[in-house]
Amino acid sequence: MEKLRYERPIIKKLNVGFVNKFGTQAKNEVVTNIEGVGVKELIKEYGSPLFVISEKQIRRNYQHASRVFKTRYPKVQFAWSYKTNYLNAVCNVFHQEGSWAEVVSGFEYEKALANGVPGSKIIFNGPDKTDDQLINASRNNSLIHIDHFDELYTLIKLSEEFHLKPRVAIRVNMDTGIYPKWDRFGFNYENGQVWTAASRILNSENLNLVGLHCHIGTFMMESSAYAIAASKMCQLSWDISEKFGIHIQYLDLGGGFPSTNTLKGSYLPGTDTVPTIDQFADAITDVILGFGFRQEELPLLILETGRALIDDAGFLLGTVLANKRLSDGRSSTIMDFGVNSLFTSFWYDHKVTPAQEGGQYTEETVLFGPLCMNIDVIRENVLLPLLKKGDQLVVHKVGAYNMTQWMQFITLRPNIVLLDQSSHPHLIRKAETLDYLESVEIVPNHLSKNQ
Amino acid sequence: MRFKKNIATSDTGFIFNPGSGDSFSSNNIGSEILSFFKEDKSQQEIIELICAKYDVEKNLLEKDLDDFFSQLRDYNLLEE
Repeated sequence: MEKLRYERPIIKKLNVGFVNKFGTQAKNEVVTNIEGVGVKELIKEYGSPLFVISEKQIRRNYQHASRVFKTRYPKVQFAWSYKTNYLNAVCNVFHQEGSWAEVVSGFEYEKALANGVPGSKIIFNGPDKTDDQLINASRNNSLIHIDHFDELYTLIKLSEEFHLKPRVAIRVNMDTGIYPKWDRFGFNYENGQVWTAASRILNSENLNLVGLHCHIGTFMMESSAYAIAASKMCQLSWDISEKFGIHIQYLDLGGGFPSTNTLKGSYLPGTDTVPTIDQFADAITDVILGFGFRQEELPLLILETGRALIDDAGFLLGTVLANKRLSDGRSSTIMDFGVNSLFTSFWYDHKVTPAQEGGQYTEETVLFGPLCMNIDVIRENVLLPLLKKGDQLVVHKVGAYNMTQWMQFITLRPNIVLLDQSSHPHLIRKAETLDYLESVEIVPNHLSKNQ
Repeated sequence: MRFKKNIATSDTGFIFNPGSGDSFSSNNIGSEILSFFKEDKSQQEIIELICAKYDVEKNLLEKDLDDFFSQLRDYNLLEE
């Protein structure tokens, strides 16, 4: 006689109280495959844990966002935010779709060039640009977004010394009614600092002011903040044109559009609360189109959208190491990936689904990672079926920031696989090894084991 | 270690403690184990009965059973 499927015995206390008006999930969602490829097959081939990226989903996201903006405004350009995910394979999907590159460091700049992006289509942001990087970016005709006066004066000096004609934009910070106000980057709008910067640039003989840039925050939940930002940028552009007689070619509204992840502490899931790309597009384009620019003088609208274009294209697959009862009676599960790989678990209550069919019973569980650190908590509380050692889970919407902000700490970083448009898997970053880790270490002779 | 005599259980996994007024639910295996427990079967006998019926290794069941009993103890359903 064939034996029945086993599920560990549990008992749950029934609590009588107010009924949740939003209802509860009737059945646990099971995700056994990604773009048609079995989770178990992927883990068998590439190991666990494993990051998986869907090329199809990236392209769907890009094409949707591009369509949404381009059907509202005639001149739109996306620039892929390298810091969000700078795996070359990922960057090149965006570049194939038509994205420029938006970088915030010297090595990201070099990556973009190596990926074949022409220098003139690289936006160089950030507060840390060395003299050599500024000279190189100027010679490559890149768009240098100036962050502070020290950088501005350095660039003026370098342009005189090396006979450069850099194309620059001013990064502007402003009050858009949101908290926290991002005022540490760029020049302030309200106190007139931005005018001092504009005057200094336009009085220099070499710097060519071609754009204005702002980046009002991250994971923005209010589309109206972008309308305020767009309005101030238009006003500034208009006033600069009036005063100095030059045409500002582009307005770069930066990034900050959220993904549908659920922020920690949110009462409702991100899928219900996050504004759509359409709402952001309406907020921005309505203001620019209605500001009064002549049709031929409409500025190019640049967007540095990162998270919203990549987050839901990334998955993290992992395996249950153990189940454990905590001292207060709560159930906990230890996974083979922790906050070192899934950095965004500090910010989000990630959606987690089992990769195999289970019983109808579920249990509230604390999901831990494998690190010997108390902070290694993937989810403080998640309703999951009764898992056992060796079962697998899928963490959703992990495409943004994890593969750049992850830490090499206690465990080594895992493989990353890209599923192409035909769902064929490609290894795009190898799992780290001890040799890789130690290849950059140098042990002084007197501490060498051979000593 | 015995299940409290006044605890009411049903085949569908509903458990009621008239002493405290608390109600509980358990999954199929949980209620099967409770019924064995009420019949005063030993832990060893329960393990053999469950292993004969379900696809589970003895070691894993033993671990899960310990955890299950600790939950019963936490919910004050056992007489020590």
